[in-house]
Amino acid sequence: MNGAASASGAILPARSGLLGNLSDTLWRKPTLLLLLMLAPPVLWLGIVYLGSLFALLLQSFFSIDEFSGLINRQFTLKTYGELLRPSNIDIIVRTVSMAALVTLAAAIVAFPIAYFAARYARGKWKALFYLGIMLPLWSSYLVKIYAWKLILAKEGILTWLLAKLHLTWLIDAWLSLPVVGGNSLSVSFTGTFIVFVYVWLPFMILPVQAALERVPQNLVEASSDLGATPAQTFRTVLFPLALPGIVAGSIFTFSLTLGDYIIPQIIGTSRLFIGQAVYAHQGTAGNIPLAAAFTAVPIVVMGFYLWGARRLGAFNAL
Amino acid sequence: MTTAVSFDKISRHFGQVKAVDAVDLDIREGEFFAMLGPSGSGKTTCLRLIAGFERPTAGRLEIFGERAEDVPPYRRNVNTVFQDYALFPHLNVADNVAYGLMVKGVGNAERRREAEEALELVKLPGYGARRPGQLSGGQRQRVALARALVNRPKVLLLDEPLGALDLKLRESMQEELKALQRSLGITFVFVTHDQGEALSMADRVAVFDHGKIKQIGSPEEIYKTPNSRFVADFVGSSNVLPPDFVARHAGEKRWASLRPESVRLVEQAPGAIAATVISSAYMGGTTRLGLDVEGQRINAVLSAGEAIPADGSAVHIGFSRDDLHLMDETG
Repeated sequence: MNGAASASGAILPARSGLLGNLSDTLWRKPTLLLLLMLAPPVLWLGIVYLGSLFALLLQSFFSIDEFSGLINRQFTLKTYGELLRPSNIDIIVRTVSMAALVTLAAAIVAFPIAYFAARYARGKWKALFYLGIMLPLWSSYLVKIYAWKLILAKEGILTWLLAKLHLTWLIDAWLSLPVVGGNSLSVSFTGTFIVFVYVWLPFMILPVQAALERVPQNLVEASSDLGATPAQTFRTVLFPLALPGIVAGSIFTFSLTLGDYIIPQIIGTSRLFIGQAVYAHQGTAGNIPLAAAFTAVPIVVMGFYLWGARRLGAFNAL
Repeated sequence: MTTAVSFDKISRHFGQVKAVDAVDLDIREGEFFAMLGPSGSGKTTCLRLIAGFERPTAGRLEIFGERAEDVPPYRRNVNTVFQDYALFPHLNVADNVAYGLMVKGVGNAERRREAEEALELVKLPGYGARRPGQLSGGQRQRVALARALVNRPKVLLLDEPLGALDLKLRESMQEELKALQRSLGITFVFVTHDQGEALSMADRVAVFDHGKIKQIGSPEEIYKTPNSRFVADFVGSSNVLPPDFVARHAGEKRWASLRPESVRLVEQAPGAIAATVISSAYMGGTTRLGLDVEGQRINAVLSAGEAIPADGSAVHIGFSRDDLHLMDETG
C-alpha cells in the first residue's frame, strides 16, 4: 500500500485548526462545555432577575415617613402592618378570589378543548388548533381588552345580541346582583372576570393539552374495560393524569391575574386589585415600601398554592 | 355446550380497509381460544370487537347469547389484558388490581382482600404497595392479569400478552396461563402472531388473513391438515409444494404441505428423489437441512445421531404418501 492511500484512509485523522482544537477540548472536558453554556443564563437569572426581585422585596422592610414622604432605610415591619389595614386586606381578598375564580373557569373551559386537541385532532386540524390558540396571543393585549370593552359596553354587541334574543331581562337581573353586578358588564366584576378568562385561556389550554397527550389511549380503554363509566374514567384516570398540566396552567392563570393591573383598570369597577395598588403606590404616591409589600403578596400566595398542590398529590403523576 | 362469543357475518371497516370482513366465529364456554395471524390480519380488531372498543360495521355479535353490538365496554362482563398492560401509572399495584371493584362500588376492606387474593393467584403476594413503574415487564403483565381476573369475567381477552417478554419468561408464562385457565374455567381468547404459542396453549385456533378466518380447528388439525397454502405457510415450518411438483411425485395436481420431520434421507433406490443439500442448521436436539429438489426448496429435520451431509452434497430423500397433505387449492 502506498503512502498517499494510507494517509487519506487514516483511522485517526488529525484535525487541525483552532476550531478543531476547541471542539476536541470541549469533547474531552464536558464539564467545561456545561459551564460555558450555563454561565450566561445563570448570571442573567441570578443577578438581573432574582437579584432585582430581592432588591424590591428588601424595600418592603423599609418604611415611608408620612410627613416628609421620604423613605426611611431602617429595617422595620411597619409597612407590613400597613398592608394589613382593612382597605388593603380588601384589595388582597378581591384579587385572590378573582384569580381563583379565573383559574377555575379557565380550567373548565380549557379541558374539553385540550382533550379534543390531544385525542382527536390530527394533521391540519392540529395545526388549526394551535393557530386558534396562539393567534390571539400575537395581537396586542390592549387591543383585545378595548375590543372586549366594546363587546361588553351598555350599547355593545352582547347587549344587542341578547336584546335580539329577548333575553335583556337576563342581563338586567345579573347586573342587579350585588358585587358581580353594576351599570353594565364593562364596569362590573363580571366583565373583569370574562376578560381575564379570555386573555389567560391559552396559558391553560397548552399545558393541559400537553399533559393529556401523554396519557395513552389504552388507559382510557382499560378503565372502560374494567367497568368504569365515562364519568368515572374522567374522575379516576383522566383528571389525575391531567392534573400536573392543570396545575402548570393554573400557575400561569393564577399568577398572571394576581399581578395584572390593566384589565381591571379598563374593564371593571373603581375598586382596586393588587396590581393597581402596586402601580398607584410606586407611582403617584411614591410609597415604594408599600408597593414592594404588595408585590410580596402574590409570591407568598403562589408559594402556599404550590405547597398545597403538592400536598394534594398534583405532581405524583410527573 | 354454551357459546361464549358468537360472530355472525361481522365486519369492521375503516374507510376502504376491511379490517374484519364478514367473519363467522363461535367461541365455546371454557375453552382456550387463540386468534393467530400476521399483523394486520384482523385478529386484534376481532378482540377489540368482543371487548367493545370497536363497533361492527355490519353483522351480529352475541356474548353468552345476548346481543352486544350496542353495549359499551363498561357494561360487558369481559375483561382485557392489554398488549402493553395499560396499568394506571398514578395508582399503586393494589389500586390497579382493585380498580374494577372500586368503580363498581365495592367497599374498601373487601377490595383490599380481593386484590391481594388476585395478586396471590398470579404469584405476586405483597406487591400491592408498589408502583407499576417499579415492576419488571413480567411482573407488570401479572398485575394486568390480576386486574382483569379480580372482576371474575365471563371471557378474558388477551392481546399478545407475552409479546414483550423474553423467551424463558414467555415459556413459563405460557404454562402458567394454561394452568390458570384450566383451574378458573374462564373462557380465554388469546391473540398472537406466534404460531408456536397458539399451538401449545390453545384448545382451538383460528388462523386470520386479510380480515378473514382461513381455518378454525384444534392445534393438531391446523398443523397437520392445513386447508390452504396460507395456513400451511404461516403455521409451522411445513414445506408447501406446488401442484406440478405434487403431480410428479404423488400423481395429483394440487398444492400440498409436507412437514419437515416427514422428510427422510434414504439410500438411492427406485422412488427415491435426488436432492442437493443447500444448508444445514444445528438446532441442538435436531438439525434442519435445506434441500434443493428439482429447483424446489424443501426443508428436512434430522434427529440427533443421524449423519449430517455436507453442504453441496448429493443425497436422496423419501417421504410417505400419507404424510403428504393435499390441499383444495389447485392453481
